[in-house]
Amino acid sequence: MLKVSNLNIYYDHIHAVKDLSIEVEEGKIVCLIGANGAGKTTTLQSISGLLPIRSGEITFKDKSIIKSKPHLITHMGIAQVPEGRRIFTNLSVLDNLKLGSYAIKDSLQNKEKEIKRIYERFPILKERSNQRAGTLSGGEQQMLAIGRALMSRPKLLLLDEPSMGLSPIYVETIFEVIEDLIHEGVTILLVEQNANIALSISDYAYVLETGRIVKSGTSEDLMNDPDVKVAYLGA
Amino acid sequence: MNFLLQLLNGLQIGSIYALIALGYTMVYGIALLINFAHGEVIMIGAYTAVFTIQLFLANTNLPYILAVIPTVIICTLIGMLIERLAYKPLRNSPRISNLITAIGVSLFLQNLMMKLFGAQSRSVPSILNAEPLNFFGAKISFTTLVTIVVTTILTILLQLFIKKTKYGKAMTATSEDYGAAALVGISVDKTLTMTFAIGSALAGVASILWVSSYPQAGPMMGSMLGIKAFTAAVVGGIGLIPGAVLGGLVLGIVEALTKAFISSKLSDAIVFGLLILVLLIKPSGLLGEDRKEKV
Repeated sequence: MLKVSNLNIYYDHIHAVKDLSIEVEEGKIVCLIGANGAGKTTTLQSISGLLPIRSGEITFKDKSIIKSKPHLITHMGIAQVPEGRRIFTNLSVLDNLKLGSYAIKDSLQNKEKEIKRIYERFPILKERSNQRAGTLSGGEQQMLAIGRALMSRPKLLLLDEPSMGLSPIYVETIFEVIEDLIHEGVTILLVEQNANIALSISDYAYVLETGRIVKSGTSEDLMNDPDVKVAYLGA
Repeated sequence: MNFLLQLLNGLQIGSIYALIALGYTMVYGIALLINFAHGEVIMIGAYTAVFTIQLFLANTNLPYILAVIPTVIICTLIGMLIERLAYKPLRNSPRISNLITAIGVSLFLQNLMMKLFGAQSRSVPSILNAEPLNFFGAKISFTTLVTIVVTTILTILLQLFIKKTKYGKAMTATSEDYGAAALVGISVDKTLTMTFAIGSALAGVASILWVSSYPQAGPMMGSMLGIKAFTAAVVGGIGLIPGAVLGGLVLGIVEALTKAFISSKLSDAIVFGLLILVLLIKPSGLLGEDRKEKV
């Protein structure tokens, strides 16, 4: 579904992502694990069109998307829940969700239906519907960020560090939702520092170190890989 | 009664400052850019108004007020053109480059108009000539009334647009976070163009209102008007729509009262003194929240 080949990204002279190639198959959860600064967020940002790439190719459903503007990429069916949530703090919870479907030409009814589904998934958001999004707790903001991304009814959801800064109870909720989404036909590319949880729910994983893929395999294999165990699973 | 009359005069000129200040504040809110060429949009608007009225005078019996249509259209197009040609190519440049460019565009337009139409001001008969109305014993001119009413209506419409419509909310979202806005499918380019278009359309209305009171246009008129409106935006709290309106009205009233009761020569000094005072006491402006810049 998504294919990234030989991707190179620079920040001025810093070579942040080096010859990176990954593939995300439809209906799977694929995760990208690695330490801080390994280039995980950079990779996701370039897929969404927010960062220019130096060389390489990114295709979605066999079509190149490297020249597309971010809003058009969202339109094609790739939504991202960005690192740090980046919800619109000055707008209400409901307005944040409504903006999530900004790119989508759909009837008002269908959009309302989508909002209802998100409120069913995250009942707390319904309670806070008219509250300014900036007043939500970290966990609630993460739910809102996921809800906002789902409003465009994406085929592929990019999740950047959804567990960051959340209490364990919220982490559990968020990952339950991620597993539900797979059953609803959403494909997921997950970026996580918490390798334990990422490997436990994903089908396939890539390990990123200083901008380069150093290992890849089924998540089960990687969980039992001695190097990965030492470096990422704290064994 | 004289006081009431001066207060109304202040509200009138303040309303014009407010309309112009809205353009500064909207653009700043979304692009973090002080569009110094905004005053020149007013100037071009005033020329458009003056030439249209002269045309009407020579050829037709159309009411002068119809000049508002070409004026608003020209101002909107000029605003969008400035954004497209001068600021868009610098989107990812340091803010200082944008600032210098803004000053450059401003000087360019001043000199272009001077080259095209000469340094002399062009004048016309006044647009809104009706009998003065009686307002609690003070004679209020029709122009004053129209200016205040039009500004009030436009401010309310703008506020409704921003708070209630999809495009308005997209503007708020973009002003907060370009990246996140792009991720939900908002075109940042289109939103910025729209912001410049709305600000410049308001400037078009402001220039018609200005020409109604001071029926002439000159190449340098935009600079003082622009600086005063910018001051108004800062006094009220830059980036805030209600701040621009409040700042404009406060500035207009202070100016009118100073001219009437203290000294007309000191009025500008006092207006800018007010700016310094506000910046010293409340740097974020009258309505601004005092927020520490996040690092």
